[in-house]
Amino acid sequence: MKANCWVGPNEVEVQDVPDPTILNSRDAVVKITSTAICGSDLHLLDGYVPMMEKGDVLGHEFMGEVVEVGPGVDGLRLRVGDRVVVPFPIACGACLACRAELYSCCENTNPNAGVAEKLFGHPVAGIFGYSHLTGGFAGGQAEYARVPFANVGPIRIESDLSDEHVLFLSDILPTGYMGAEMCDIQEGDVVAVWGAGPVGQFAMDSARVLGAATVIAIDDVPYRLEMAASQGYRTIDYSDTDVRSALLELTGGRGPDKCIDAVGMEATHGAAHVHLYDRLKQAVRSESDRPHALRQAILSCRSGGIVSVIGT
Amino acid sequence: MTGPSSSHWAASAPFDTVVEWDAVTTGDVAAERIAWASVEGADVDTSGEVLSVPAPGGRGTEVRVTLRYDMPAGALGRAAAKYFGDDPSQALDDDLRRFKQVMETGEVVRSERAPWGKRARQQFPQRPARPLSDEELQELEAREEVLA
Repeated sequence: MKANCWVGPNEVEVQDVPDPTILNSRDAVVKITSTAICGSDLHLLDGYVPMMEKGDVLGHEFMGEVVEVGPGVDGLRLRVGDRVVVPFPIACGACLACRAELYSCCENTNPNAGVAEKLFGHPVAGIFGYSHLTGGFAGGQAEYARVPFANVGPIRIESDLSDEHVLFLSDILPTGYMGAEMCDIQEGDVVAVWGAGPVGQFAMDSARVLGAATVIAIDDVPYRLEMAASQGYRTIDYSDTDVRSALLELTGGRGPDKCIDAVGMEATHGAAHVHLYDRLKQAVRSESDRPHALRQAILSCRSGGIVSVIGT
Repeated sequence: MTGPSSSHWAASAPFDTVVEWDAVTTGDVAAERIAWASVEGADVDTSGEVLSVPAPGGRGTEVRVTLRYDMPAGALGRAAAKYFGDDPSQALDDDLRRFKQVMETGEVVRSERAPWGKRARQQFPQRPARPLSDEELQELEAREEVLA
């Protein structure tokens, strides 16, 4: 089959690779009909995330049709022919984290947990196509993918909604929703969202669904701000506006009740000295991300408010 | 096991060698504790204990393993073992993780980079995260029972 493979920093290539086969009893093989590129794929592309190997198949947002199931897959749960969206974390469904519905923290699905633990303190779950730190699973920017624990993660799509309408269930919609859910939004809250990319847009929509009275988008990309504005959200362009002053202005001096960092670790920022500060810390390995947005969110949030951090 | 309270052990050691020894069971309380020690005069002086302890709040079981051993060639052997990925404490961590997988899910999770299941020993070198070729699958099947 053809698959999009990482071959080196800033270099990917569509290569011919073997078709996937069943390796564990609860595996399924999915024929992929739609797949997406995540903002976090950029960290792999540019070599920002360590432990990529030449030839790794990329992609963790995909959906398609089940074409094969292992002997351990419950037929009531999943069958050949089912149309499924595959969530990006691989979850066993049995460990303490999975039973608490913290699927991205699954304790059993990362065969490289020992290495991940040394870097992160505690390992994350296995993730499709997302470096060897998350287990070295082949990804879904391919014609087929093997999906372990297929009786746990995959979401069966029984309606006739198009791929474009459901593919976002694999990552960005739940990621954005979780950003809003984690800050305990109350009816009438003012919620500010740093980053109006796909995850930020879903975080804003989720904030509104959860009861926010006012939602504010912060970004510097015109089309993203326009999209937020078209949904009825306030917008702040940080390239020409002081964000904290603008937020205080919009909230009678209180600051937003809830702040969501939906930017991610490769944030850009208008101020050169702040960038330099973070580059220095990265150079001496005392931080690896670029947390301008997070810093601003903490400084802007109202006293006793909640800052929710989802950026990756 | 070589008898009701005796066992024979073999372990891989640095530089592709295997060390073997006999051990006796020194403690055995069903579902709580098992302990063993190498017999006197064995090539390797080692003892070990596995404890099963209920986790607080009824949240499962904590498994605690203590291994005591004299590495062949002492500190030099230990350094060499670490370099070649046979560090006993790392190997024990990895084994415990796989034990947990078997207890909680019934099998050892295979990724494309680490498709070896219960035979997983070597963390490095890693193969790329892409499906296995027919030859690799045959090799895998030859090395163990059956896949899936």
